[in-house]
Amino acid sequence: MLSLTVNIRIPRTVWDLPREDYFVGGHNLCAGCTAGTIVRNLLKVAGPNTIVVNATGCLEVSTSLFPFTSWKVPWIHIAFENAAAVASGVEAAIKVLKEKGKIDPNKKINIIAIGGDGGTFDIGLQALSGMLERGHNVLYVVYDNEAYMNTGIQRSGATPYKAWTTTTPVGTIMRGEWRDKKDIIGIALAHKVPYIATANPAFLLDMDKKFAKALQIDGPSLIHVLMACTTGWRFDPKLGIKISKLAVETAVWVNLEYNYGKLEVTTPVPKRKHVREYLKLQGRYSHLTEEEINDIQERINRKVEEINRAVGKEVIGPLA
Amino acid sequence: MKSRESLPSWYELPIGGISRPNITPESKAGWRFEKPVIDNEKCIRCRLCFLYCPDAAIVESDEKYTTKTGKTYNVSYKINYYFCKGCGICAEECPVKAITMVPEV
Amino acid sequence: MTQVYKSKSLATLSSNKAVAKAVGQLDVDVIAAYPITPQTTIVEELAQMVANGEVKAQYIHVESEHSALSAVVGASIAGARTFTATSSQGLELMHEILHITSGLRLPVVMAVPTRALSAPISIWNDHSDIMNARDTGWIIYFVSSAQEAYDTVIQAYRLAEDREVLLPTIVSYDGFLMSHTYEPVVIESSEDVIEFSPKTWKGYIEEGAVAIGTLASPDYYYEFKYQQVEAMKNALRKAEIIDRDFYKKFGRKYGLVETYRTEDSEIDLLVTGSIWSSLKLAIDKARSDGLRIGGLRLRLYRPLPIDEIEKILAGKEVLVVIDKAISYGLRVAGPLANEIYTNLQSPVKIKSVVAGIGQRTVTHEDLYKVILHVYKNKDSPGFTKHTLFYGVRGVEFDG
Repeated sequence: MLSLTVNIRIPRTVWDLPREDYFVGGHNLCAGCTAGTIVRNLLKVAGPNTIVVNATGCLEVSTSLFPFTSWKVPWIHIAFENAAAVASGVEAAIKVLKEKGKIDPNKKINIIAIGGDGGTFDIGLQALSGMLERGHNVLYVVYDNEAYMNTGIQRSGATPYKAWTTTTPVGTIMRGEWRDKKDIIGIALAHKVPYIATANPAFLLDMDKKFAKALQIDGPSLIHVLMACTTGWRFDPKLGIKISKLAVETAVWVNLEYNYGKLEVTTPVPKRKHVREYLKLQGRYSHLTEEEINDIQERINRKVEEINRAVGKEVIGPLA
Repeated sequence: MKSRESLPSWYELPIGGISRPNITPESKAGWRFEKPVIDNEKCIRCRLCFLYCPDAAIVESDEKYTTKTGKTYNVSYKINYYFCKGCGICAEECPVKAITMVPEV
Repeated sequence: MTQVYKSKSLATLSSNKAVAKAVGQLDVDVIAAYPITPQTTIVEELAQMVANGEVKAQYIHVESEHSALSAVVGASIAGARTFTATSSQGLELMHEILHITSGLRLPVVMAVPTRALSAPISIWNDHSDIMNARDTGWIIYFVSSAQEAYDTVIQAYRLAEDREVLLPTIVSYDGFLMSHTYEPVVIESSEDVIEFSPKTWKGYIEEGAVAIGTLASPDYYYEFKYQQVEAMKNALRKAEIIDRDFYKKFGRKYGLVETYRTEDSEIDLLVTGSIWSSLKLAIDKARSDGLRIGGLRLRLYRPLPIDEIEKILAGKEVLVVIDKAISYGLRVAGPLANEIYTNLQSPVKIKSVVAGIGQRTVTHEDLYKVILHVYKNKDSPGFTKHTLFYGVRGVEFDG
């Protein structure tokens, strides 16, 4: 079993990543869409012996307009809510075809399911739960742009507190989303998934290391990646990576991993920035009053306390 | 603009809408209103712009380059203007500001 | 209990178990199914066969029917021979994937022991679930005995995987009436079965990078759908050839439309499924009264073998189509009656009869009463355009 996993190497520097691209240009993703960055890096780590199952969403629609395709690996799109179920089927087929000698049993084939936050947290949750619970050898990557962006910026289960979306708009009575983000990591933990991680494209090497680690595991893994959306979050296309970085620096996003249940915060933040630095760059938060910003800061403070307690030491420091 | 009549017939198309990555997509150059220009003198070959670009529009090659101050690099970077959308992430993230966005004429 | 079938043998099997036996002998690779009455014994049997090592397959315990067909689609794309089974609500839940499976031209075979649709919830048999899958682009067989179920599954894989067809196939039969009743079934040798339906499907990803399930703009979508139209035409041709080849190898023949005493009949009745045996008894009784009655059993539903039906009906006066499903809001409320009437070019009169809804019992005596009723009233004006809902309490029936 172990011999199948040695083909994936964990990169130690950016120069360990191959030059070869298996996700190429010419697609219709928005200019400055960080999904492109995430998927390019994912496929650099995974390599050509990969089958990608993609749920309906921004990524799928922009990269597969017949007769073009941006994917230089086998790529399957079936429907919105079943990326995990289809990936389960592909994995089972590869397994049995190897047993029957139709595929070289020593060939390592990565099976990666990619879904957006909508296709994973909401409509795809059932299929995800089934796949994780059954223990298929599939890496599930969620690219989280915090709303149903493809259909026009509607609220999803991943939309954060106070964010503007077209279905949680800002008016005289309501001020954007009033509920917190769904905790997909907690859900994955409940399924006893061996490797769970959160990642951020601004921290390339950390993200790529996590992709590699997950692909080495013989079992299910889930990586939740922040995907800053220039169109939906309302910011200048060039700021995608900068905003992603600020998300970590303000502890809005925490880069962590659960390796067989053991928690580690992989990007410690010794001195935190005020969440204002993150919010002020995004049009979807432009309606916030000073009071509301402080409310958001309070919630982050509480979250940071919880994480530090869970880890056992102060990995995320106080406000600078 | 191709007219619909000149597109393949039902028996010429692959079944089921299957496509292969051997057809070059249309250029995205028309999306830009400004384009990046790399200054080979300032570039320290950190590889970040190459890895960040969402469109794989920065090409890394084994072209050697020696700066005016005598430093030699074994790789160089070029922008693929066919695919570049002018998003500006490369210029924003370059740690030495070796990339500038110039207006697309 | 490991049994490898080296030669023909006789067994007592329900239609469900016969299907499971056939699927096992066909060396299926991936099975993904979600339990629903009355399909459960198919997958239970298959699970036991996998547990015994009789069948080398991956059994995915999916968490819904939607995921069942999705997993099977994924496996089929990867090149596996696949199988799933469902009924009623399960078939409805996986409905969007039905269209996708045929759109992607995957040779999936699915067994559907038919069951009435909610609401109110009913676990008993009628054809409403299968009628809802009519336009999904799947090949649909209706079988009427356990032996035929076993044989048709073998034929179905060969038809589905044929290079000129490549369409998913449903083998359906009456839930409970057939799925749970036992009949003698001849089991062929595993070698012969695989020889008849060799595994020719290689999937789509063998040759490297490929995008499956692309977005098709108005410039392309229509052509892809037309490909399915042409594939259905091929399926009609091939189904006949495969049935003939099956007869040559195994000695059992079914055809696409089975007939009974139609050579000199004036009035014909068309049915599908297990009601066929009752119909034959009713026809015999009517014949002994001097009435010239014949019967047709439709075996292949999609694609509809309308040419063959037309030939049989040449010169006949009335065709009575007995449906076990309702198309609400139409004068001709039986879906099968509707389709045959619209597709026929001959001038025969069609009478739609709806019976057996929710497994309301229909005996050969009921069918005899229907025959007499039709014979008596066939020339009254408006008779043929009005649907007879047979067996509903409160609906008048003079007969």
